Formats: sequence, C-alpha cells, structure tokens
Amino acid sequence: MGTWAIRNNIRKLRFHHDEMTQQQLAEKVSVTRQTIVALEKGKYTPSLELAFRIARAFDVSLEEVFFLDENPS
Amino acid sequence: MLHYVWYTLLKVRYILQKEHTMSSQERQAIVSLLATLLLAAIFLGYVLPRYPSGNPYSPEVFHFWGLAVVILVPVSIAANIAISIVFSIVYSMATQEKAAFFSDERDKFIELRGLRNALYVFLCGFFLAMGSLAIGMPPSVMFIVLMCSGYGSGMVGNLSQIYLYRKGS
Repeated sequence: MGTWAIRNNIRKLRFHHDEMTQQQLAEKVSVTRQTIVALEKGKYTPSLELAFRIARAFDVSLEEVFFLDENPS
Repeated sequence: MLHYVWYTLLKVRYILQKEHTMSSQERQAIVSLLATLLLAAIFLGYVLPRYPSGNPYSPEVFHFWGLAVVILVPVSIAANIAISIVFSIVYSMATQEKAAFFSDERDKFIELRGLRNALYVFLCGFFLAMGSLAIGMPPSVMFIVLMCSGYGSGMVGNLSQIYLYRKGS
C-alpha cells in the first residue's frame, strides 16, 4: 500500500459561499482561524468530527470537502 | 555557547517580529518558555548558593534538596499561572485585542506533542540521574540532574509547541 494524503476543497468551497472568510468558517465550526489556515495548506488532518462540521457548514457531503490523493507528490 | 545564545536571540526576535500573526496559544507557549527560563534563573541564583557545605552524604543535604523540591514545585506552578494571567491582561490592554482562551483540537494536538517531547527529555534526565548514582557520584549530582531535566523538559515542551505553531502543522 502506497502513501496516501488527505486533501480538501475548503478554499474552493469558501469561494463558492460568497467568499466566506477563514474567520467566518472558523467561527462556524468552532476552531481557530489558524486551524483553517493549516487545513487549507494541507498541513493538518482534522478529526472526523471536525471534518463533518466543516461539511455541514458548507451544506455538502464529506466527500465533497475531503478526498484521498493516492499519488501525493 | 555564545553562538548558541546569539542564534536563540535572533530566533526570538524573528518570532516577535511575526507576532501579529500569532495565535493566543502560540503567545502563551512563548510566555511559558520565558517564565520557565526566569524561574530557572531565580532557582539557580537563590537556592543553589544555600547548598549545605560539608559531607555530601549527610542528612542535611537530603533535607535541603527535599525542601527545595517541595517549595519549588508549587511556587513554579503558581508563578507560571500568575505570569500567564498578567501577560494576558497586559497584552489585552496594550493591543485592545480580546483574549481568546479557547483551544481547539489542533491546539490540543500540538500541546500533546509538546508534552510527549518534554517527557522524552525528562526520561533521559531521569536515567542520567540514576546513572550518576550507579557510578557512585554523590546524591547532589542526582538532584541537580533531576532539576535540570525538569526545567529542560519544560523548555523543550514549550519550544516544541512554538516550533509546531510556526511550522503550521
């Protein structure tokens, strides 16, 4: 089994939600803005609970926010 | 040694210059590190000169170290809390920024990784301290190594947290 990486579409989803700011999203999902920054940069993998909260904040399914990159560079 | 001190000062200046991007938890880690350094300096300056002279195996030596530890632990905890509270108040007054005391899962994750590194350092210090007894060194060496590993582990824990916050993980 190769190395997998969990990527996300948070930046794109924020853009499609009236350019929601990182701070607004952070407040919606009860984390700090720094956590959203780390998530968008792919430097932090959230817990399952936070992942669901983010998906719910955008009103989309979990797979639309997070996906598995099977060939990370 | 001087190079190391100079490098550390440059690093601190770099961190302070980037302060506007810091989260409150990151600031707290820096304050905690500085508080640990301050307490270690006070300990070295105030307690060690009172070390009893004479036989290194006498009961007075054990009494001295026992008393030092019993006083040091609660005083360090209280001083650390007091310094953090005072800093938060002063910082809020100086910047008009509302202090955010809540920490999310990433903060807790970083805190745990800092704690893990701190425990590794303390474990090494503990083995060194026991090793000093095993090779027949006086008990004061064991106590000094234990004290140093205690302070060292605290600093490594804080430095790990600062590093992880800077790295953005």
